[in-house]
Amino acid sequence: MAQIAESGGGDHGKGKKRAKKGSTHVDMTPMVDLAFLLLTFFVLTSTFSKPKVLPLNYPAKPKDENVDAPKANNVATFILSDDKVYYYLGEFYSKSRPGKNGSTELSEANFGSGENSVRKLLASWNEYVIRNKVELDKKLDSKQIADTTYDRKLNDLTVRREAVKVLIKTDDKALCKSFIDLVDELKIASVGVIAPTDLSAGEKELLKEKN
Amino acid sequence: MPKIKMPKGTPSIDMTPMVDLAFLLVTFFMLTASFRNAEPVTVETPSSISDKIIPENVLMVTLDKDGRVFFNLSDAEARKEMLNSMLQKYKIGLSEEKIEEFSFMSTFGCTMQELPAYMNTEAAKRASFPTKGIPTDSTKNELLDWLSYAATAAGNTGRTAFEEAKLKGGEPKMEDFKPKFILRVDSKTLYKDAQVVIDVFRELNLNNLNFVTSAEAIPVN
Repeated sequence: MAQIAESGGGDHGKGKKRAKKGSTHVDMTPMVDLAFLLLTFFVLTSTFSKPKVLPLNYPAKPKDENVDAPKANNVATFILSDDKVYYYLGEFYSKSRPGKNGSTELSEANFGSGENSVRKLLASWNEYVIRNKVELDKKLDSKQIADTTYDRKLNDLTVRREAVKVLIKTDDKALCKSFIDLVDELKIASVGVIAPTDLSAGEKELLKEKN
Repeated sequence: MPKIKMPKGTPSIDMTPMVDLAFLLVTFFMLTASFRNAEPVTVETPSSISDKIIPENVLMVTLDKDGRVFFNLSDAEARKEMLNSMLQKYKIGLSEEKIEEFSFMSTFGCTMQELPAYMNTEAAKRASFPTKGIPTDSTKNELLDWLSYAATAAGNTGRTAFEEAKLKGGEPKMEDFKPKFILRVDSKTLYKDAQVVIDVFRELNLNNLNFVTSAEAIPVN
């Protein structure tokens, strides 16, 4: 009972001695203490956010190791090393065998949101898909198309010629964090074709020069 | 000036609404709280914008930041089946009691040789059991065996669950009952170590992997 206890007992004049009025109050303090203790415990221990999962499809293991990966157009390659991320566009041309535009150079990017960030780069490369996706989203919101149709159309969109396809290559020092960050950025930019592959010898050499 | 009369009696506050509220909250938290199972490793997962909630029937491989490999299969029935196959293959004996206990455990990580000792350790002390995790070397790839038996066992239990759901009515999708393959990595794990595990998955032709991540806000352009 949240009451200051009356001084018990005292002699109150000469009045008749009456039977003490039975108090109907129950002292609730211990119960409240307990309730709050439990409350604090549950608030502190309960975990609200269930962990989420980030799906990623790996390419099936080739039956024959020597078969080259099929050539696709509009490919961007990201190379992860330590906490750094490098990229180049198109095919790889080594210094000894340069292509039309000379040999491949690695450029450095970062995971921020400013200049030279992976997000900005992907947004410009994959502009075609992002633009079309906005229209699809609108159609889905106004219920013009069902979500299965939406998924199919989006899938179609990401494999078109105009859509960028991404190869992810990692060296021995790359951390899982940067890998997941990169995949996450790719999902943000709605890149549909993501293939984690191994570094080639030429790329390894370029990377060595960078470090 | 008249004197201010002090109120007689004792100051009292009615605590009933507060108590009501407190108990309401306690009840709410008790009912919603989901307790985490004791894990032998703590893993700090990276974050992503993905909003896909972790599925029910899962095979989960955990990699801690030193690259040690741990494994978990969510379905108790399937765990038993998997363990029995493993014990048979590696010719290791384990009491019926311990097999039962194993089926209700969560993540574990030790070599088959260490398994009897691991199971005989008190549950609370298993977290500090000295182990290098499940071996994944090409010469002694125990993870490959665990995974292949687990995939078969979880596939079986998934199918039974699907049949049961079908009998109950409704139109369950087989896709929802198939085991999913989850990889839980620490932010500081080297990707090279994760790649070893991913290659084991790919060896078994399980190419659809999921990375556990904590939620992150979707950037607004």
